[in-house]
Amino acid sequence: GGWGRLMAAQSLTQDQLLEFETTGNVTLIHVTDIHAQLKPIWFREPEINIGVGEAAGQPPHVTGADFLQLFGFRPGTPEAYAFTYLDFVALARSYGRMGGLDRVATVVNAIRADRPDALLLDGGDTWQGSYTANATRGQDMVNVMNALRPDAMTSHWEFTYGVDRVNEIVETLDFPFLGANIFDAEWEEPAYEPYRIFERGGVRIAVIGQAFPYLPVANPRWMFPNLSFGVREERMREVVAQVREEEGADLVVLLSHNGFDVDRKMAARVPGIDVILTGHTHDALPEPLVVGKTLLLASGSNGKFVARLDLDVRDGALRGWRHKLIPVFSDVIAPDPEVAALIEAERAPFKAQLEEVLGTTESLLYRRGNFNGSWDDLICNALIEEREADIALSPGFRWGPSLLPGEPITREDLFNATAMTYPAAYRTEMTGEQLKAVLEDVADNLFNPDPYYQQGGDMVRVGGMGYAIDPNAPMGRRISSMTLLRDGSPIDPQRSYVVAGWASVNEGTEGPAIWDVVESFVKRKGVVRIDPNATVRVAGR
Amino acid sequence: AALAALPAGALRAAEHADVEAAIAAFAGGAPVKEGGVEVEAPEIAENGNTVPISVAAEGAEAILILAAGNPNPDVATFHFGKLAVPAASTRIRLAGTQDVIAVAKFADGSFGRAARTVKVTIGGCGG
Amino acid sequence: MAKIKPRVKAPKKAAVGEIIEIKTLISHPMESGQRKDSKTGERIPRKIINKFVATFEGEEVVSADLHPAVSANPYIRFEMKVPGPGELRFAWTDDDGSVYETSSKIAIA
Ligand SMILES: [Mn+2]
Ligand SMILES: [Mn+2]
Repeated sequence: GGWGRLMAAQSLTQDQLLEFETTGNVTLIHVTDIHAQLKPIWFREPEINIGVGEAAGQPPHVTGADFLQLFGFRPGTPEAYAFTYLDFVALARSYGRMGGLDRVATVVNAIRADRPDALLLDGGDTWQGSYTANATRGQDMVNVMNALRPDAMTSHWEFTYGVDRVNEIVETLDFPFLGANIFDAEWEEPAYEPYRIFERGGVRIAVIGQAFPYLPVANPRWMFPNLSFGVREERMREVVAQVREEEGADLVVLLSHNGFDVDRKMAARVPGIDVILTGHTHDALPEPLVVGKTLLLASGSNGKFVARLDLDVRDGALRGWRHKLIPVFSDVIAPDPEVAALIEAERAPFKAQLEEVLGTTESLLYRRGNFNGSWDDLICNALIEEREADIALSPGFRWGPSLLPGEPITREDLFNATAMTYPAAYRTEMTGEQLKAVLEDVADNLFNPDPYYQQGGDMVRVGGMGYAIDPNAPMGRRISSMTLLRDGSPIDPQRSYVVAGWASVNEGTEGPAIWDVVESFVKRKGVVRIDPNATVRVAGR
Repeated sequence: AALAALPAGALRAAEHADVEAAIAAFAGGAPVKEGGVEVEAPEIAENGNTVPISVAAEGAEAILILAAGNPNPDVATFHFGKLAVPAASTRIRLAGTQDVIAVAKFADGSFGRAARTVKVTIGGCGG
Repeated sequence: MAKIKPRVKAPKKAAVGEIIEIKTLISHPMESGQRKDSKTGERIPRKIINKFVATFEGEEVVSADLHPAVSANPYIRFEMKVPGPGELRFAWTDDDGSVYETSSKIAIA
């Protein structure tokens, strides 16, 4: 407890975390996938993150001890805590929570004190993921982020508030909402600003935005019916050529929500991009990955990290760089008082709802991992019991912070794992054959060897049913040995099963909100415990 | 996971004999080589009912478009006059994951073909 | 049925020899003939736009034979080289024999 924490915290200082040898003439600050986390959180990085095809075994598909070895970190250090799942609970108790936008503001301000014209770029998934964001339809996040004065943002979950709400907010922003790959679906013309040119340190910088390519597939299309997205590699080629040739850009930065592997492929195929600030897949890498002449940054999620990249740009070319992914240890970095006050003001109207304790968890609750996480196990258990289902499905979202064993589960914690705009917990019948088709479909979104076909989530979480998976098999042949856990019987392709789930992308899906289902379950149990999940057998592991 | 709209077959529909028959009819039995024509389409369809596609073939008089996995593979044939750039875009219906095929007829009487796979997915489980 | 209305986006001015982009849309259900009425269970008869023709000063620029696999509200985009000033005329032919027409003038810049 407190003792070890004091020791660990004392060995870190804010100055140390912010220490940076200023380099060149341009500074970029990157944050992404904050998912509406205004306050410091626990966030356990994944234990299982399988790469396929050319990405197999490559960062970011390296976890735990392999990660420490690859980047030269020792177990038990602040880096081990920030970047891996190893000894998570013990290290969390030592090092404390991460993030908090008031601490992020301190880091950003410190960088600006050093380089006043640094660009702050937000990779999107900023407005969604908390009780207050849901209640204000993103306004709390917009208000707090505005205080950090971003220079540009791109998007994904933003659009799940509906296109009208997005446009209403965009009108009010002092910075551009970029998306070169967002088109109007009727005339196929650009629907949002594709890029913005900035003059910094005598350098013309083009920041191109790329929204999440599969919004209409992974999220409800009916919420933004007249928009089309897509990877659109050809379009990116054209925009890069345009900013280089017509706009005279010396430096081309792609503020991307493609997902890391999609960006790795794009970097290799589209010439002329100097830096890709990746997002969506929530990876945190302590140093950039270099693909050809392009630097790829992976700056984590949930406000846990702030990336600083200094660039030396001379005669229209990138000559050198220095990077640091700054971990936001919330006990070490002082909150910015102005932003802290803003955050409290946003939360004040909802204080009672946020703080209500629903129960206690005996187990670590986390979400990240390719196949399951204990938060989703809890959600699936609740769906099966509360909705009297044989099988439960919970989407493979990557957002949602963690909770430590012994902690109370507040309504805020529950919403951190469930807050979104299509929460209906449906109950339906599916045949074994349909269940297999769903699992195969999602598995191909995750493990297609061509990154342009990857949607960047994790595998759908399954309760009440076990299965085996071979990520490297072709579509239709990855999933086998589907078993009903209740009695150990094999899933019958012809038989109907009662399936409960949530977050269907189909309009008009009916059912209580998932947070009501889980709240009722947790209140009934008082104390929840999640046993280690061994229901998914992964080939080769 | 979305539930209501499962595609007709989770696996790619087999190309049927109709496709080769349609190509042979268009080419009047002449040989059709690979390439010389471009097909552009999204990697994954956002909506199987309206998939944007583009075709282009320098020097083409006409381009035939087929959807190999639809119950009826016929989609459209574009004819280009002297003022036209031999390229066109439209939006099409795809019953499931399949190849969109373009066959170009050139002024010299030769033919070329190309295909692009478009995935139609259940969707709904992103992150 | 909603009113069938063609729409065209084409430049009003161009230089001689310039390549311009033309986009067309026509509101039409493109009833494929495969669908069944959800109430009666009866097959809904096919009714599609089966032909599109664009001409410039009477000369055919692009034409297309369309099948039921073309989406509702058919969208067609093409490019042409402008030989001089003149009028683009567009015609869509329905299975029922109706022809829907519109036009667009191009001046020389
Ligand atoms: Mn995200
Ligand atoms: Mn995302």
